[in-house]
Amino acid sequence: MSNPYAKLPGWAEYGLIPVVNLVVAFLVAGLVVLLVGENPLKAAYHMINGAFGRGEYIGFTLYYATTFIFTGLSVAVAFHAGLFNIGSEGQAYIGGIGVALACLWLDKTMPWFVVFPVAIIGSAAFGALWAFLPGWLQAKRGSHIVITTIMFNFIASSIMVYLLTRVMKPLGSMATQTRTFESGGQLPKLDWLLSIFGLNVGNAPFNVSFLLALLAAFGVWVLIWRTKFGYEMRTMGHSPSAARYAGIGEARITVIVMMISGGLAGLMALNPIMGEQFRMQLDFVQGAGFVGIAVALMGRSHPAGIIPAAILFGMLYQGGAEIAFEMPSISRDMIVIIQGLVILFAGALENMFRPAIGNAFARIGRSAVAAQTRGA
Amino acid sequence: MEFFHTIVAILESTIRVSVPLIFAALAGLFTERAGVFDIGLEGKMLGAAFAAGAVAAVTGSVLMGLLAAILISVLLSLVHGYASITQRGSQIVSGVAINFIVAGSTVILGEAWFRQGGRTPALGADARFQTVTFPFADAVKDVPIFGPIYTNLLSGHFILTYVAFLLVPFSWWVLYRTRFGLRLRAVGENPGAVDTAGISVIWLRYRAVICCGILCGFAGAYLSLAMSAGFVKGMTAGKGYIALAALIFAKWRPFNIMMACLLFGFLDALAIRLQGNPLPFIGQVPVQLMQALPYILTVILLAGFIGKAIPPKAGGIPYVKER
Repeated sequence: MSNPYAKLPGWAEYGLIPVVNLVVAFLVAGLVVLLVGENPLKAAYHMINGAFGRGEYIGFTLYYATTFIFTGLSVAVAFHAGLFNIGSEGQAYIGGIGVALACLWLDKTMPWFVVFPVAIIGSAAFGALWAFLPGWLQAKRGSHIVITTIMFNFIASSIMVYLLTRVMKPLGSMATQTRTFESGGQLPKLDWLLSIFGLNVGNAPFNVSFLLALLAAFGVWVLIWRTKFGYEMRTMGHSPSAARYAGIGEARITVIVMMISGGLAGLMALNPIMGEQFRMQLDFVQGAGFVGIAVALMGRSHPAGIIPAAILFGMLYQGGAEIAFEMPSISRDMIVIIQGLVILFAGALENMFRPAIGNAFARIGRSAVAAQTRGA
Repeated sequence: MEFFHTIVAILESTIRVSVPLIFAALAGLFTERAGVFDIGLEGKMLGAAFAAGAVAAVTGSVLMGLLAAILISVLLSLVHGYASITQRGSQIVSGVAINFIVAGSTVILGEAWFRQGGRTPALGADARFQTVTFPFADAVKDVPIFGPIYTNLLSGHFILTYVAFLLVPFSWWVLYRTRFGLRLRAVGENPGAVDTAGISVIWLRYRAVICCGILCGFAGAYLSLAMSAGFVKGMTAGKGYIALAALIFAKWRPFNIMMACLLFGFLDALAIRLQGNPLPFIGQVPVQLMQALPYILTVILLAGFIGKAIPPKAGGIPYVKER
């Protein structure tokens, strides 16, 4: 689709507009806080303090951010090829099977650094498999990827309930979860990383999968902007007809992009399963796949934007818990509202303020030119 | 005879669970036929159910509850319309956003206003829809075969249930036999042609979106004022997505929608009935399989293995008059 709006300088396009959209989203969220009869400024103070006030809080914030980097990258990769993958949630959920199988198989005999690579491969493979079907159905059978991935989220949830109530839970146990993994299935914390800055990670489950997330972000950047495949998928995202004309195989790109997207979503499962709970529980994804949509939109589908966006949402999740503790009438559901507002203003309404900002730039540009000509 | 009574009972609950699906799927029919995709059916239904529960609890009037449901649902539709028609944003993104905003705010506001863990207060008889009993329903109850069908299956539902089933032919009539319907369908297939004929594409799409809001309002009101006595958080529980699946499964046609909703409702009713009981001839079927079946069927249909579902041609594409 051609862009009907005037081109803005890079810092306005990638910095100013997202920030303006974000500020508006938070202002509306502040209105909701007012409506509930609380002070929005106080809520903001509790949130920021709860997210960054102590080493342990920062650890939790970064733990959540790790999860959102994976799902944000997952959604973003698909965006670049013009595909909207709403199924990251289900792909992450199914990816958990790969992690759990690796841990259940090896945790008693192997150290974590042997189990971890196996779990990485397992989670990515299961996630990719769950994304392969919608991708293949879109490429070969023409079914709409948005609808298929929504349906696959529900199917994934049914499969996981079935597995965790009948197959993967220990005999005689009532809880819908796998057994707790031994030390081989537990990822070490990154306490040393925080202690460089003189912070104490405390009980926060901030673990090595954060480094994997950063690595994945770098990998995605290389893939999208430094490889032939990335060029092809961006071409397809910008103009499918141009891609077809250039002889780029749409079906091949669609299927591979969806598998990469699903694989990234699957990696998310490592963080909660091996990094925090040391077992696979029912509903461990907890909507992180959908947060990924907000993160990708806010980060403009660029890894350099996704990491700060993920940290922002990590702050919301960790700080939101603190608000809920200090202000009982604002539960953690507030985060869901903010998430929705960010998706609305940074996604669907992203062009709302663009004409005004564009005009402002045009006016500044004109007066600058006028000043120059007068001077000469 | 025992078997017959079981069948009647399952069909009765099929009707009960299909009604919100029918309302919501018809709502989706109006917008999607006009070229505006809407995956925010779930959110609008939830918002409407909350508004209905809250207002009915405060005013004690079922009618006020219904009106509030419609009002909120239409407002949410207009947000979707503003984002996707006027601002030409992504319709999918806008729908996702509305689902989240509503899911969060119904809990926050419900807790702040009523302090019952996200519920609205339980409604008394006046503040709820009552069931309608057909004439002679009691008299013919014991007549074999006909009795149970008339008394349990046809009579004894909420007024909204009958409204839902009457809306099916009505929607067909509006879409296929009125000028508005013809234009609405045209704007979903070829908005350029409609514009050339001097009809405003924008205003037509806004009207379609408002129709969707009204119908989602009914769906939500049915959930909190008829099916249960008040709002419970997250009470739509994916029904909006099932309705979306039914809409696609029905290939965007009114009577097919009714049948698809009844089929999905039947699977739901059967799943509840079969919990722990083996099915004759087949044996134990996992409940999860029954729950996933509507989604699996929709995927199979979309893939073109049982017929082909062809969406409105201009669906999902914002209309740009000229550059």
